[in-house]
Amino acid sequence: MSHQPEKPTNGWEPRIIAFFCNWCTYTAADLAGVSRLKHASNIRIIRLMCSGRLDPQFILEAFAKGADGVLIGGCHPGDCHYIEGNYKALRRFRMLKRLLHEMGIEDERLRLEWISASEGEKVRSVVNDMVAKIKALGPLALPSKIASWDEEIAGNQELALEKEEAQHA
Amino acid sequence: MPEKPKIGFYWCASCGGCEESLVDLAEDILGVVEAVDIAFWPVAMDFKKKDVEAMADGYLAATFVNGAVRTSEQEEMARLVRRKSKIIVAYGSCAHLGGIPALANQFDREEILRYVYEGAPTVDNAVKERPKREVGVDGSSVTLPQFHDMVRALNQVVDVDYYLPGCPPTPRLMKQAVSALLSGNLPVRGSVLAPDLALCDECKRKESKPADLQYLKFKRPQETLIDPAVCMLAQGIVCMGPATRGGCEGQCLRGNMPCTGCFGPTSRVKDQGAKMISALASSIKGSSEDEIDAVLSTIPDPVGTFYRYGLAASLLRKKTG
Repeated sequence: MSHQPEKPTNGWEPRIIAFFCNWCTYTAADLAGVSRLKHASNIRIIRLMCSGRLDPQFILEAFAKGADGVLIGGCHPGDCHYIEGNYKALRRFRMLKRLLHEMGIEDERLRLEWISASEGEKVRSVVNDMVAKIKALGPLALPSKIASWDEEIAGNQELALEKEEAQHA
Repeated sequence: MPEKPKIGFYWCASCGGCEESLVDLAEDILGVVEAVDIAFWPVAMDFKKKDVEAMADGYLAATFVNGAVRTSEQEEMARLVRRKSKIIVAYGSCAHLGGIPALANQFDREEILRYVYEGAPTVDNAVKERPKREVGVDGSSVTLPQFHDMVRALNQVVDVDYYLPGCPPTPRLMKQAVSALLSGNLPVRGSVLAPDLALCDECKRKESKPADLQYLKFKRPQETLIDPAVCMLAQGIVCMGPATRGGCEGQCLRGNMPCTGCFGPTSRVKDQGAKMISALASSIKGSSEDEIDAVLSTIPDPVGTFYRYGLAASLLRKKTG
């Protein structure tokens, strides 16, 4: 059995982790909800007080734990509730983009959008667009890739055998 | 008199600097030798694998293993010394986090073999011969270990009890570790045997670090005259101090070179490189993508800069795709 991720198969749906700031983008997502705007259900939103709170570790961990994409939403430039948190987010984002590129993770998997509290419609269009792009890319599936990398470790082969024996015992 | 505890030293994928650092203990090594028996140390004395196999399980009180794990032989030996030792200490950056060898996780196995045996300018190998796992010589067969797909930190292969960080660890930390082992006064299993604060905390240049840094460009050490009294970051030089564990007493900074991160992150950080990107990038001057990218372009090698010693132990571990 191979753990190699397969190209989009029937039933696979992208999982996108969205980090939205409390004051603009999260409120916009809320607005999209109360306005009954329908968008793809592939995003799991995590609310942060500010996009400037977004530690690059969160993004790498999201990918390492199985996210196919990460979407960052913050206030438009000049509109940050904390003056310049969104600029900090933008600077980290630009550096992370280069890092992810060098680590073989496609550009489209990390996206940053400025969405103000009144732009519920933009939440819908950004989410739908991102889901379509990630669907075209296929799964990132880092957890299964990591598992397949570790198959070459003899101890894991022994462990797998032990597990199999235990199951049949 | 009770028998002295037996200790071992072993190396995997490493440069030999960690072994060398034991000599840096200078005359203190005599105190170590007085307190323990060195029962296994292939670099310094003649030992064979069968000597270790002949030991009872747990015979060694502690084994210090340096180097990352890249081959099946290193993996096998790591397992063997794990079985024979009550305590395994990952000694140095490579065993702790993958170290410099783990930078090879940016390339796959085939890319590496192709370059080393075919592409490198100094290679003359017209028939494109590659090492084989097994080859017959005069009627008998000779084998080579498997070259794994990626480099691993020691704890990605066997259980590790303690970590001594550094490239290499300092004599002072080694002495503290040995006396902790001998007295049994050990911290929680899994601990890194070094202070749990960022290097900046013990840096002599700390006072000169401005509260509000702003980077217009990053300079590499060879591109500028470095003021020996001023914070490296304030001079626009990438110094990994804010994202790196202290305990080295700022050796590189005392030598007027920036920290490159060999002690790894503190216990509260999962990914040293990401944390450094967080600290560094947020203070770039500029608010448009172009301005920001212009400053960032002065960091030519982000992976090698932010994960110089820790790629194997980072969240992503290896280039995907």
